[in-house]
Amino acid sequence: MSYGLTAFGALARNEADREETLQEQTRKGFAKALRCKECGTEYALEPRTACDDCLGPVEVAYDYAAMRGRVTRERIEAGPRSLWRYRELLPVSGAPLAGLRSGWTPLVKAERLAAELGIRELYVKDDSANYPTFSYKDRVVSVALTKAIEFGFDTVGCASTGNLAHSVAAHAAACGLRAVIMIPHDLEEGKIVGTLVFGPRLVKIRGNYDDVNRLCSQIADRYRWAIVNVNLRPYYTEGAKTHGFEIAEQLGWRLPKHTVVPVAGGTILPKIWKAYRELVELGLVEDEGPRIHAAQAEGCSPVVRAIEAGFVPFTPQKPRTIARSIAIGSPADGDYAVGAVRDSGGYGAAATDEEILDAVELLARTEGIFTEPAGGTTLAATIKLIRAGRIPKDESVCVCVTGNGLKSIEVQAGRLPEAPVIEAKIDDFAALIEAAGVSAERLAG
Amino acid sequence: MAATVTVQIPTALRVHAGDNAKLELSGGTVGEVLRELSSRFPALGKRLFKADGQLNRYVNVFVNDEDIRFLQNLDTAISAGDGVAIVPAIAGG
Repeated sequence: MSYGLTAFGALARNEADREETLQEQTRKGFAKALRCKECGTEYALEPRTACDDCLGPVEVAYDYAAMRGRVTRERIEAGPRSLWRYRELLPVSGAPLAGLRSGWTPLVKAERLAAELGIRELYVKDDSANYPTFSYKDRVVSVALTKAIEFGFDTVGCASTGNLAHSVAAHAAACGLRAVIMIPHDLEEGKIVGTLVFGPRLVKIRGNYDDVNRLCSQIADRYRWAIVNVNLRPYYTEGAKTHGFEIAEQLGWRLPKHTVVPVAGGTILPKIWKAYRELVELGLVEDEGPRIHAAQAEGCSPVVRAIEAGFVPFTPQKPRTIARSIAIGSPADGDYAVGAVRDSGGYGAAATDEEILDAVELLARTEGIFTEPAGGTTLAATIKLIRAGRIPKDESVCVCVTGNGLKSIEVQAGRLPEAPVIEAKIDDFAALIEAAGVSAERLAG
Repeated sequence: MAATVTVQIPTALRVHAGDNAKLELSGGTVGEVLRELSSRFPALGKRLFKADGQLNRYVNVFVNDEDIRFLQNLDTAISAGDGVAIVPAIAGG
C-alpha cells in the first residue's frame, strides 16, 4: 500500500533538497496514483470511471511513508475548521477550490438518547448540519468540484437520490460551474426546490435511482462533463473519509468502538473504515479494534442481507422504502461495504419503514436533531444491534447521521399530532391546557 | 430462436471491440449474443466474462433498460429489435 520515495530520491541529493521536495509534495498532495481495487492496475491521477482491464473500481493511492511524521495531530488541529483540515489525506493538488466551509460538523454526546437506550457512551455525528446543503454530500462534492476545476471541466453533473443533487447544484453555483443533474422523477419536493433554486439544468428521469445511474454512465461516456459520482468517482469518494476523521479528532483522537453507518451506494461505509485505518497507520490514533456496522431499510437491504448470509457477494433488489436517499438496489460499492464490515468485525441490521420513522422522532425528542429517514435508519439499526447483543451496552457507539429531515418532511408530517387552534383568549388557553393535563404553576395575582 | 439485436458498447470497452460503439449480433439469449461478441473480439470477451463463464461482476447488462439480474441473467431470452446495453457498474450517490 505504501510507496517509497524513489521518484524523489533520484532528485534529492542532500537534506535541504529533500526538505524542499517534501514541502513541494505537501503542497501538491500525497496522492500518487489511481489503483484498481480488484486487479491492482495503476493509472495516472486523471478523470477515470473504472479500470480498463477488469472494469473494477479504482481508488486513490497515497504515499503514506512520506506522510508519517508530517501529517500530525498538531498540523491537523492548526488547519481550518472545515473538512479541509485533512487536505493532506485528500487527493487535491493545491489549494481547495470548493466547500471551504463544508464539514467540521458537530459530534454530539447524546446523553438523553443514551439513557433511553441503556447505553453508556453514545455519540451522534451530525451531518444534518453540514454546510451549505445539510448532508454528508457536501464532503464528497467539495473534493469532486476541486478536482473538476483542476482538470479543466466547465460542466459538472451527477445522478442523485436527492442530497447529491442539492449539494452539486449549490457548490457549482458558488464555483461558477455549469451543472446538469439527473434525478428520479418522483423525489421529495424539498430536494427538488432546494436544487432548482441554484439554477442548474435538472432532469427528472422516469425510473428509480438505478435507472438514473445507468443513464449517467452513458452520459459520462458521451460528453466532456465531470459527472462527480462517475468519472470523478475515485476523488469524490475520498471526501467521505472526512466524516470518519472528524469523529476521531472530535472524540479526542480516539476511535469509537462501534460506528453505525447507513448504506446506499456503498460509498461512505468503506471510506470511514479507510479513514480509521489511515489514522492508525499514521500513528494519530490507537487501534482498539473499531467495528463498523451497516444500516439499511428492510425495503432495500442488499448489503445487510449479504452480511447476514455470511459476507457473500450482494444480490441486487428493487427498492421499496420511504428512505429514498438510501433506496439503491444495486450499490456498485456494495461488496466493499460488506468487506469493510467483515474486516472490522462488525455486522448489519435492516429496519422497517415504521421503525425508521419512530427512530427519527426518538432522535428529535431526545437530542433536538431532525434527521431524514436515512439517519432514522441508522438509529433504528443501532437499536436492533444493541438488542441483538452485537453492540454491548458498555462500549462506545457513534451513530452517523448523514442528512437533514427538513428536506423530506412529507414522510414525517402525517405521523405528528395536529396542533389545536383556539381564539386569542387567555381563558380559552387555560381551558385547553387543563383539558390536556399539562401541569402549569400559576403566578400569584 | 435467434434474433438480431443491437448491442451498445461503453467507451471503456470500444478499443477492444474494433472501436465500434454499436454492433448487430444474433442469438436466442443474452448469453449467446455476448458469447458471439466475445468470439469475434476475444480481448473484449476477456473483460466481459470470468474464467467460469459468468459475467464479470463489474459489468452490468441491460435488455431494453432492464438489468438482466432481475430477468434470467445470461439466459434472458431476446427478441428481434431488442436493445442490449453493456454498462460498467459504477455506483451511486
